[in-house]
Amino acid sequence: MNQPVQIQDRSALGELASAIAVELRWMIADTAVMTWRNLIRYRRSPELFVFSTVSPVMFIFLFNYVFGGAIPTGDLNYIDFLMPGILVQTTLFSATQTGVGLAEDLQKGMVDRYRSLPMARSAVLGGRVAAETMVSLFVACLMLAVGYIIGMRFHGGFWPGFALPFMVAGFAFGFSWAAALVGASVRNAEGAGSLMFFLVFPLTFLSSAFVPVETMPGWLQPFTSVNPVTYAVDLGRSLSQGGPILTNAWPTLLWTLAMALIIGPVAVWRYRRV
Amino acid sequence: MLQRSDSRFREAIGSIIYEFRWLVADTSMMAWRNLMHYRRNPETLLSTIAGPVMFLFLFNYVFGGAIGAGRDFNYIDYLVPGVLVQNNLFTVMNTGIGIAQDLQKGFVDRYRSLPMARSAVLGGRVCATTLVSFASVYWTLAIAMLFGMRFHGELLPVLLMPLVVAAFCFAFAWVSALVGVTVRNAETASAATFFVTIPLTFLSSTFVPVETMPGWLQAFAEVNPVTHVVNLCRNMAQGGPLESYAWVTAFWIAVMIVGIGTLATWRYRRIS
Amino acid sequence: MDHAIEVRNISKSYGKVVALENVDLNVRRGSVMGLLGPNGAGKTTLVRILTTLLKPSSGSATVLGYDVVRHARHLRSYIGLAGQSAAVDDLLTGRENIHMAGRLYHMPRRHVKQRAQDLLEQFDLVDAADRSVKGYSGGMRRRLDLAASLVAEPPMIFLDEPTTGLDPRSRLELWDVIRDLVSGGTTVLLTTQYLEEADQLADEITVIDQGKLIAQGTADELKHQAGSEFIEITVRDAEDTKRAASVLDKFAENDECDIDTEARVASIMVEDGAPLMVQIVRSLDAENIPVANMAVRQPTLDDVFLALTGRTAEEAATESEQDAN
Repeated sequence: MNQPVQIQDRSALGELASAIAVELRWMIADTAVMTWRNLIRYRRSPELFVFSTVSPVMFIFLFNYVFGGAIPTGDLNYIDFLMPGILVQTTLFSATQTGVGLAEDLQKGMVDRYRSLPMARSAVLGGRVAAETMVSLFVACLMLAVGYIIGMRFHGGFWPGFALPFMVAGFAFGFSWAAALVGASVRNAEGAGSLMFFLVFPLTFLSSAFVPVETMPGWLQPFTSVNPVTYAVDLGRSLSQGGPILTNAWPTLLWTLAMALIIGPVAVWRYRRV
Repeated sequence: MLQRSDSRFREAIGSIIYEFRWLVADTSMMAWRNLMHYRRNPETLLSTIAGPVMFLFLFNYVFGGAIGAGRDFNYIDYLVPGVLVQNNLFTVMNTGIGIAQDLQKGFVDRYRSLPMARSAVLGGRVCATTLVSFASVYWTLAIAMLFGMRFHGELLPVLLMPLVVAAFCFAFAWVSALVGVTVRNAETASAATFFVTIPLTFLSSTFVPVETMPGWLQAFAEVNPVTHVVNLCRNMAQGGPLESYAWVTAFWIAVMIVGIGTLATWRYRRIS
Repeated sequence: MDHAIEVRNISKSYGKVVALENVDLNVRRGSVMGLLGPNGAGKTTLVRILTTLLKPSSGSATVLGYDVVRHARHLRSYIGLAGQSAAVDDLLTGRENIHMAGRLYHMPRRHVKQRAQDLLEQFDLVDAADRSVKGYSGGMRRRLDLAASLVAEPPMIFLDEPTTGLDPRSRLELWDVIRDLVSGGTTVLLTTQYLEEADQLADEITVIDQGKLIAQGTADELKHQAGSEFIEITVRDAEDTKRAASVLDKFAENDECDIDTEARVASIMVEDGAPLMVQIVRSLDAENIPVANMAVRQPTLDDVFLALTGRTAEEAATESEQDAN
């Protein structure tokens, strides 16, 4: 791939195409291996698993039962209002693991080993992102099940409701690349963790995730209404409870693609330069 | 005969005073040590300092509009006593973690071979964390007033309110100390105290009125000591009946200091 | 009362595991007793009992005339303990650590201040005195730990493996400090895994194995039991080893010569090695055996152990571990 390829005739072009195909195949295979390694981590480290499953469920209970009664949400039941918001919040928090894990690997010198292998460099990041996206999907489904048990109902039809966890995981996928960039830049697990916390905390709380934006003070509303999390949460709410899907779908898709296609390559570039 | 027993009595009193003096001296020595830790490692205070700012901001500005809508109180006035109690309970949780750390490192062997009062090791930690949380009460109040909180209660109760918070924290620090001497491992102690503190502080009147909770939760929130101390502090700051909350709070403080404090000291003595 | 420590028939067990069994021990005032044994032999358990940290299962002990159980509180004012896990506070400075220990010994404030300065000077810690202990080296931490335990000038001091884990230079420095201490008349009980350390510091050595005392005496007496000294000859060519051995056999006092053909070493046990060396060299030269190396070796703890128990110290330690499991 690195050698200059002169495109003189069709056969050279064909060679290039097949070279790209080989690279791509390996990239996918390497990413799959890295994904597997990162998923194993969840199985082997029970604290991580408990942290990523028990605490979201605790959040559902806390907001629904403790705060829910005091938060007016118009026509919606609070649990119906809450679930899309808490899904987005939780999956974003779990996506920060991408950056924390990457920073940890860099710190421990684990990455040096990978870099000495004939594998695709982007696979280290890609594997992390893919693993966290899968975890996000799993956690979203688990939380929906818990939500359903304590009274959440879909009012927006089957297919939109079905799409909800995938949409949430997709948004988390985009965000994982941002987390990967933080991890590749900070290279210290604790530092990456706290930086990410200070990023995700305002993003998720200063949004429509837990209370209607209209109830916030006027000076906060400009931020909350341009906050991508608000779009994603509102889209999730439209999917599960009915409402205009397209108006929120475009900004959400745009943000997701921007994070994956712009921040993603920057993250890979930073990682290569380590 | 009479005179003899009198002198023996005096001797006994004398030795009690003597012991007590050393207990105070040893405890303040240990408290000094723990306060030095905060000075040398100021980042351990980060959550104590940043916590109230974050919570006040989040609950007042983000959730406050929704929670406070259509109520007969200003939400920030309602919120502040709750955040005071909650944040300081998290601060005194460090008591047990620190004790567990000392036990883990074999540090305690040195103390136990010294002629000092044994309870001073625990007492010093408890006093240090209580002092820190007492200071943080004023810090939190300053932030709160910046965010628009005002006192509407009478002067004396308003002035005494921080002391109530500190007394409750002091008592609760003994619970944390008991956890520390029992688990003897800093990480476990931290996890265990977390699981005690989270439900106690959230399932209470700290953030929202208990009446808005589902019935089964109200039952817990109403007997939760945190609800009583928070309501007491709220009424001290904003005016309102004190007596019933004061009695329950005093009861819990006494139970935690006398009952749990003694238990913790006893467990510490039995460590070998 | 000329004994600083009197241990009478002390046993200590944890459930089924016996840590100490019927131990008797006397330590003269002003002397240094070395408690020598492998890991897990029960040294630390004995020290913990004598420093009131642990109650014995049976038997009794007095330190400076105070019963370790009944007069525990009183006794603590007169003893100092420096343990294996240097019990110094990382976040305090060296001076603050000593100061805190002094205050907890209930010394007057002003007195502590002066005493801390003296100790810092004595232990060569003045430069680092006002830095936090976090940055101290292993040797400095041990010295500080020792200084803190001496702050109240206790007449009896317990050193539990004071040099374990230290590099050779720090060990030598610490030995000097301990020697100074002893010359001041303090009674010392010192536990160690190294015969050399006990030899250097102790007036008398007690060997402990699997919770039992197995030997007691001066370093020289113990070495005698282990067979005094060894003369080791390393020949240049392996085929000469047997011939060298037959030469050595003539000088051997009780046992026969040990041969290790692979290492090209032949060795014998003798009472006093140095004077024999000359004769041995002459004989080897006469036989025309080229020598690569020759040495008089002091017996190690392993040799003493081998002689006393029939196993090496290392084997004994592994056995203790298995017992504990």
